[in-house]
Amino acid sequence: MALTLSDVKRIAHLARIEVTDAEAGQALGQLNDIFKLIEQLQSVDTSGIEPMSHPLGGSQRLREDVASSAENREASMRNAPSQLDGLFLVPKVIE
Amino acid sequence: MFKKSVAELGRALIAGEVSAVELARIFLERIESHKDLNAFLDVRPEVTLAQARAADARIAKGEATPLTGVPIAHKDIFVTRDFHSTASSRMLKDYLSPFDATVVEKLGSAGMVALGKLNCDEFAMGSSNENSHYGNVLNPWDKTAVPGGSSGGSAAAVAARIAPAATATDTGGSIREPAAFSGVTGIKPTYGRASRWGMIAFASSLDQAGIMTRSAEDAALIFNAMLGFDPKDSTSVERAHEDYTRSLDLDLKGLRIGVPKEFFGDGLKPDVEKAVREALAEYAKLGARLVDISLPNAALGIPVYYVIAPAECSSNLSRFDGVRYGHRAAHYADLIDMMKKSRSEGFGPEPKRRILIGTYVLSHGYYDAYYIQAQKVRRIIADEFQRAFRECDLIGGPVTTSVAFGFGEKAADPVAMYLSDLYTIPGSLAGIPGMSIPCGFGAKNRPVGLQLMANYFDEARLLGAAHRYQQATDWHLRMPKDFA
Repeated sequence: MALTLSDVKRIAHLARIEVTDAEAGQALGQLNDIFKLIEQLQSVDTSGIEPMSHPLGGSQRLREDVASSAENREASMRNAPSQLDGLFLVPKVIE
Repeated sequence: MFKKSVAELGRALIAGEVSAVELARIFLERIESHKDLNAFLDVRPEVTLAQARAADARIAKGEATPLTGVPIAHKDIFVTRDFHSTASSRMLKDYLSPFDATVVEKLGSAGMVALGKLNCDEFAMGSSNENSHYGNVLNPWDKTAVPGGSSGGSAAAVAARIAPAATATDTGGSIREPAAFSGVTGIKPTYGRASRWGMIAFASSLDQAGIMTRSAEDAALIFNAMLGFDPKDSTSVERAHEDYTRSLDLDLKGLRIGVPKEFFGDGLKPDVEKAVREALAEYAKLGARLVDISLPNAALGIPVYYVIAPAECSSNLSRFDGVRYGHRAAHYADLIDMMKKSRSEGFGPEPKRRILIGTYVLSHGYYDAYYIQAQKVRRIIADEFQRAFRECDLIGGPVTTSVAFGFGEKAADPVAMYLSDLYTIPGSLAGIPGMSIPCGFGAKNRPVGLQLMANYFDEARLLGAAHRYQQATDWHLRMPKDFA
């Protein structure tokens, strides 16, 4: 399997990364090299083997389902690129 | 004073031979005079000295721990309230965390004094530290060589003795490989032992914090304060507190060290093989029994890793959207364009590459063929370790195929760079503890590391075996000559 330039652009769009044609072209060669490495996995017989999602197995612990208030809103928001009255500002979404 | 171990510094502080403030000044001065290494990204003497004064007050009250007043530096993957937290990325330039990572907080509670934040590969992605937005870290043994990555700043700082110890993180080898390249002791514990709270996430099922020090004894002392259950990390393991120094006097007689034949194949350079074989022979001389073992599918670790790690990375790094924190582009047309431009400008080439791979392997139609298949092969590799540990207590072999390479040698070829983690990735996929200890020098007089791995939760024995080797040899005491 080999990616094409349009595959790279589609993936980049899904990943919300802007790529120029030159960048996509460069990424194409490197990604295909990496996928050649990954292709080795296709020949491994894994029938009957459970996927391993976590080294120690089991399910993840959940905390008690109780409401908590955000600690220190001001400190949490001080890195926001744009904000007003404790709200994050983004470009207009709905016309 | 800067040549002393963490254990020695702790004792000197309690005995009143030196104050925490004096020690902090000694190391701050060394950091300043070795700035060319580019190991540190953020140093704030006023923060460090305030922590040192608090440590001195605690010592005066007789409430010191063995670590109180001992300086430590933190990899810039751990968020900190008092220093910038950048993950070596433009994306997080000037970011100030509202809280401290649990690891940072726990070491601070023990009284350790933070010297600042250490350079690393961007978002901990890399094997040479050449992926930092803030420039290369130099290897103190040879400034034309890479220090290894991703924890390159941690390794260089400890090797140059500009910090007695440094936190680090390991996803596929990011503690062991730089420890080997820079000639220091580095250990990652069992997955789940160290809290991931406040560790900027790369691949969550693999990321694990650890430590770099001069010696195994120092690592054991620091693990006592650093590890433990944290309710804020959903994959943190609930187990009783352990004393990681309890097996430092381990009797090597009869200890079975498994030597995997797959770790001594074609790719291994003769200089590294020679030093590693000599180290294993030293263990045999000390009473250990070397056992031939096999990890037949270990080499598949690399393809497995380069599916799973990018998949998890693409998911984790989706939080950088230019809205809540991180870089936002100056000019854009609409919301999607703002996100695309912000991410495109904020991330460097390696995170972008991995985000693209991850997005692809998780996308519709490829999820089962790549991601699920990789998770299945991951289990095959983990099971092979379990079979091996029926025949041996520890596993020993090389950390890397070669000594540290030069800047630019592999930077243009991602696959060549990825292959440098051949021997460290399998243990990361299994989630077992692993370490690198200095065991000699190879080509161009660059350091070689011996890798030791143990089964889950067997860190105390691993540290004990490393400590006994360090009592019988002096490789870990050698220092790069410009820094002695």
